[in-house]
Amino acid sequence: MKDYLVRLVQVHDTFRVPELEALAEMAGVELEVVKYANDSPYCTIRLPSTAAASALISRSILGSAIYELWGSGTTYDDLHDSVKSRTQELWLLYKSVSFRFSVDTFQGKRSTSAQREIIESFSYVGFDGPIKMNNPEEEFVVFEEYGFRAPDPHKFYFGRLIATSARDVVQKYDLKKRRYISTTSMDSELALITANLVLAAPGKLFYDPFVGTGSFPIATAHFGAKALGSDLDGRSIRGTKDRNVLSNFEQYGLNGSWVDGFVADLTNVPLRIGKGRWLDGVVCDPPYGVREGLKVLGKEGVGTEPVYVDGILAHLEGYIPPKRAYSFEAMLGDILDFATATLVDRGRLAMWMPTANDEDIDLAIPSHPCLKLVSVCVQPFNKWSRRLLIYRRIPDSKVDGEAAAVRKKRVVGCGLKADDLNAFRKKYFQGFKEQNPNLEDGGGEK
Amino acid sequence: MKLLTLNFLTCARRTCKSSPLSFPLHPCDAELEIADVDFSLDFLRNILPRLEWDAMVALCSELSLPLSATVPAAAELSGAGDEPTQSAKDLHHLLLETNITAGKLVCGNCGHEYAIKEGIANFLLPAHMV
Ligand SMILES: C[S@@+](CC[C@H](N)C(=O)[O-])C[C@H]1O[C@@H](n2cnc3c(N)ncnc32)[C@H](O)[C@@H]1O
Ligand SMILES: [Zn+2]
Repeated sequence: MKDYLVRLVQVHDTFRVPELEALAEMAGVELEVVKYANDSPYCTIRLPSTAAASALISRSILGSAIYELWGSGTTYDDLHDSVKSRTQELWLLYKSVSFRFSVDTFQGKRSTSAQREIIESFSYVGFDGPIKMNNPEEEFVVFEEYGFRAPDPHKFYFGRLIATSARDVVQKYDLKKRRYISTTSMDSELALITANLVLAAPGKLFYDPFVGTGSFPIATAHFGAKALGSDLDGRSIRGTKDRNVLSNFEQYGLNGSWVDGFVADLTNVPLRIGKGRWLDGVVCDPPYGVREGLKVLGKEGVGTEPVYVDGILAHLEGYIPPKRAYSFEAMLGDILDFATATLVDRGRLAMWMPTANDEDIDLAIPSHPCLKLVSVCVQPFNKWSRRLLIYRRIPDSKVDGEAAAVRKKRVVGCGLKADDLNAFRKKYFQGFKEQNPNLEDGGGEK
Repeated sequence: MKLLTLNFLTCARRTCKSSPLSFPLHPCDAELEIADVDFSLDFLRNILPRLEWDAMVALCSELSLPLSATVPAAAELSGAGDEPTQSAKDLHHLLLETNITAGKLVCGNCGHEYAIKEGIANFLLPAHMV
């Protein structure tokens, strides 16, 4: 095992280690996180080989590159000592290759002349090859980490570039350039991260029961997987003639990865359960019930639905299904039950849910005896936050049978009004600003 | 709607879920259409053991499409150098390239009909059936 430095981006901090772990699992490599902090973009990990490092970073969204770690320290003297003691025998290998040095500062700045001085302080490595700014054979980077608004760096690293990530794809799938989106489409960066966390890969099949405009199936398709999706609102899947879920796949040349969309209610989902399990993953962002209150099919409220005037109604079934209120917690429970019944062993469930920083209205993280909670990632906003929960299906032979039997007797909540049921929604209207978190410009330094 | 999807669909009614008659759903007045999909051996290999083959056979006979009564073995999907065999290509064509664009899906247990329009099926139930 050898030490590598991952240059992370300083956004979505709590998603970063879970992503690295998922990438390691997909690449089939052993990973040990040696040094990580939520407020730093520099993460030291241990991996079996350089090939493993390349494989790991290739799909990363939250890492930009991986480096062979040549040294680290809290002062430049420290750093040089560290480099000399760790890598002296390697210097000869790079004696005559073309190369380039650069300085990467986090929360700090160095003038060109200061950078040159820093680079020259490494001249003892004795590289005689040509310096090439473009496409050199080897690239060496000095990293300086500054505390927030601190005048001087407090941590230094030196590394040899192994490989860069594919973070550019975030731009490719940017919602601003996507032809069909809605106010609740998931932003491309978070959708791609979610796809990594559920281990999307060629050959696999995923399902999104709240598919909306298809953000998650598009992200899993980017990594070669196929997907099914359904939504209570048929209009979201159908869209219009040339702007709909399928046209989004076409926009990215991913047509074959969209298996099908159909109209269904999660609480009465028409998918087979009880026979063999068949899904590699379930990925979803359930309705929080913020704008309309949570609705599922049912008897209450017949005839209260709006009538659409744009011609889309003609595609529907001739009746508008009545809906009744349902609690968010009950819906999360249904999702866990569904995932348990359909996921193959080690298959994954990714589920977004709101939380709140305010103690009173914190929603508990739901649990299920057949699902192991793998990671909890939090995305904070001004006045609320949401989290992404990742679960893994435990093989039946390893499930606690007693707990599973109790779970089967679970009573689902229904019959009450959404207002009474949905604590989050109440809080939201009392003070939260209405916004689509996915369309906000991601603040902070990248 | 791809024929593959039909291998995963049952009646949406909870009371039908426990009845073997609710799976597979039966196509009625189905309009079929072929649409190209890139071939993926990875996907076929992964999905084949998860299919309910008898349901596939029943569906194909209702649609008058040919399908062998026995599941192809994983080894039959590729030949030398991972070249897909003809039977793999046929299976791909059937599962992923054959679509029902319009018609109905009928539950063999309760008789409820679900409409398919423009390839999208609607499984919403009227209130009295929920
Ligand atoms: C937060 S949005 C998900 C958006 C989606 N990820 C996208 O990229 O567009 C929630 C979706 O759930 C759907 N929905 C609401 N209640 C539902 C239910 N009971 N069953 C299935 N879908 C439902 C809504 O129509 C909405 O499209
Ligand atoms: Zn039925």
